[in-house]
Amino acid sequence: METAQDTLQQTEAKAETSKTFKGTGSQVLLNGLIEEGVTTIFGYPGGAIMPIYDALYDYADKLEHILVRHEQGGIHAAQGFARASGKVGVCFATSGPGATNLVTGLADAQIDSTPLVCITGQVFAHLLGTDAFQETDVINITTPVTKWNYQVTDAKEIPEVLAKAFYIAKSGRPGPVLIDITKNAQLQVEEFPEYVKCNHIRSYRPKPKVRVEFIEQAAQLINAAQKPFILFGQGVILGQAEAEFKAFIEKSGIPAAWTIMGDGAIPTDHPLNVGMLGMHGNYGPNVLTNEADVIIAIGMRFDDRVTGRLDKYAKQAKIVHLDIDPAEIDKNVKADVGVWGDCKETLPLLTDLVNEKKHDDWLAKFKDYNQQEIDQVITPELYPEGDEMTMGEVLRNINEICGGDAVIVTDVGQHQMVACRYAKFNNTRSNITSGGLGTMGFGLPAAIGAKYGVPNKTVIAIIGDGGFQMTPQELGTIMQFGAAVKILILNNRFLGMVRQWQQLFHDKRYSFVNITSPDFVALAKSYYIEASKVDERANLRNALETMINHEGSYLLEVMVGRENNVFPMVPQGMSVSEIRLK
Amino acid sequence: MNTENTLEHKKDKADIDGKQEYTITVYAENRIGLLNRIAIIFSKRKINIESLNTSPSEIDGIHRFNIVITESYDVVRKLARQIEKQVEVLKVYFNTNEEIIWQELALYKVSTDEIAEKVTVERLLRQYGASAVVIRKDYTVFAVTGHREETDALVKALEPFELIEFVRSARIAIIKDSAGFHEKLKEFEAFEPGEELIENEFLDKGEKIFTM
Repeated sequence: METAQDTLQQTEAKAETSKTFKGTGSQVLLNGLIEEGVTTIFGYPGGAIMPIYDALYDYADKLEHILVRHEQGGIHAAQGFARASGKVGVCFATSGPGATNLVTGLADAQIDSTPLVCITGQVFAHLLGTDAFQETDVINITTPVTKWNYQVTDAKEIPEVLAKAFYIAKSGRPGPVLIDITKNAQLQVEEFPEYVKCNHIRSYRPKPKVRVEFIEQAAQLINAAQKPFILFGQGVILGQAEAEFKAFIEKSGIPAAWTIMGDGAIPTDHPLNVGMLGMHGNYGPNVLTNEADVIIAIGMRFDDRVTGRLDKYAKQAKIVHLDIDPAEIDKNVKADVGVWGDCKETLPLLTDLVNEKKHDDWLAKFKDYNQQEIDQVITPELYPEGDEMTMGEVLRNINEICGGDAVIVTDVGQHQMVACRYAKFNNTRSNITSGGLGTMGFGLPAAIGAKYGVPNKTVIAIIGDGGFQMTPQELGTIMQFGAAVKILILNNRFLGMVRQWQQLFHDKRYSFVNITSPDFVALAKSYYIEASKVDERANLRNALETMINHEGSYLLEVMVGRENNVFPMVPQGMSVSEIRLK
Repeated sequence: MNTENTLEHKKDKADIDGKQEYTITVYAENRIGLLNRIAIIFSKRKINIESLNTSPSEIDGIHRFNIVITESYDVVRKLARQIEKQVEVLKVYFNTNEEIIWQELALYKVSTDEIAEKVTVERLLRQYGASAVVIRKDYTVFAVTGHREETDALVKALEPFELIEFVRSARIAIIKDSAGFHEKLKEFEAFEPGEELIENEFLDKGEKIFTM
């Protein structure tokens, strides 16, 4: 027979298993993050987000919070985390300046389709619109640079809005989402229902319906093609369709070239990987774009850095464009066949319909151009004969040491183009760079985030002397939390890419590109980070090995040639086939 | 839902290069800030909106926007896709004037004395199908619905008779051959009823709330 005591115990047990929760908005937010599988948050506290930080104090065992030194660092770290791990990156910031400091990262994540959920604090709801202390209209400021945003003024909304935010951030074409939560909502105590993940929103169709007739038309074009050519972008990686993509190119035998955002989706050494597209891409892929009869664009968006002059771009070719975002098809380059859908679904359907083929003669043309590029550009860059060290030879050494297994995070500029051109990747999600926005200052914080995303991999941040000086404060984050990031500064004492343009297009009028730097080694050491500097080739290999084998974080500064240029180059406003080797 | 059909089917009829008037019809959730999100799509490309009407549709929680712009087919098609990409937007159509039935409402405030004294005015109004909305001693307000030329013509005609004030609404339009998005809307609604909009209920409680 049940005693009263037993009944009481049973009731209590029941209350524990049903997942309703009584607590503050802040607590329910953190519970929701845990439900969404979040483990790591990058953030910076402040007045308007204090209740969330107060609640976070009790969640230290479940949620790791990395205190960055600037909110821009926080969001770039979240981006690096997302890009390396494939999960949603999360960052916290307070209202006003905290939130506005996120804008650059949001814009970067938006254009590079990086899934992020950013939580910002906001002033009390009754103060909204009064120009209260640290109040800014975060929703309106961030509208153009978010996939979705929402202001919460009542704690009851938090679980549902958070669930929506994660669903929107990671589904379809991923992107950044921002939730702005007023301080009263963070403090408000409520009885919350069980957290339910979101998998459907009435007005939101993340994946367009796959239409078989377009896949059939695409297959017909591909099967009839003599010189088919594949351009692939990050869509392959975001759709986790690397295996499907590999199966497609291997069956069809079509040479494939990548945008910098697609770099690493297939191994660098793959025989059908013919190199990089675009302004500083490889010679063959650019020239042959204007010779191919069918171009199959997969998960890429024909960015102007890839296409050069549009009216002279691939006019001879039929275009097949596979993309999950219908707005991308026909946006820049008119497609003859647009295949809407997630390439994880569409590629296997297409692979089934394409003939098994080899395009040996066509592939040989890429090799011919490649040989010209090797002779005129690549060999002098990777094996320079002069005394000056080149960025390319640094990359060659890294490849030799890491064998293509490192995650390489780059900043923006000449070093970025060199790194993307020459870094060898065996694995997907190994190349992390700011592609669409070209954000200088991205490299260091993104590398910190990437290290948290894939803690077992070697993460090397390759950064120019200019870009490093945009977010050097994040050395403090490394100091405090010990992310074992290898920081490689390629120092040419110039804002190199701008200088290159000034040399080529502005008559060598070097207007404000001559940048001086602090003693980077001393700077790193002041943050208790091991560091060294190399200015002679004889010491390069050793120094790189020391850096990579070092247990913790390490900064290595390499002095490279002052006026080395990145070639080949499609000058702006020129056709891709007018690519210059010199 | 198949966006492609609706976005592509008018291609042959439309003047592909030349600019002409297009009416964009947007079905969207009633959500704070969405108007801004949509407006940004135009302002980002420096495209002027000539007329914009937004109002609740026949389904609770879903609003219908009518946006009029003068642009080329290609630009409008891209705009429509960018709008449809927004999370809260259910569906976007765009149509030329031949493909829609549209109306604008205009209100005219004229002196009652003038109307009373001058029979021609009365005839004029009848001729334009105007109806009196308000009749006061000092003035009378007439309403006319129609295309821009029609409402404009009445403005010109009333000028000599003390037109005190004039206002015109944005365009509202119905697509001639849309096979009824209404049915689709009802399906959506049955599957997942619209959520209640939460506005800032704390805004007027400022003094009662202690803050730091």
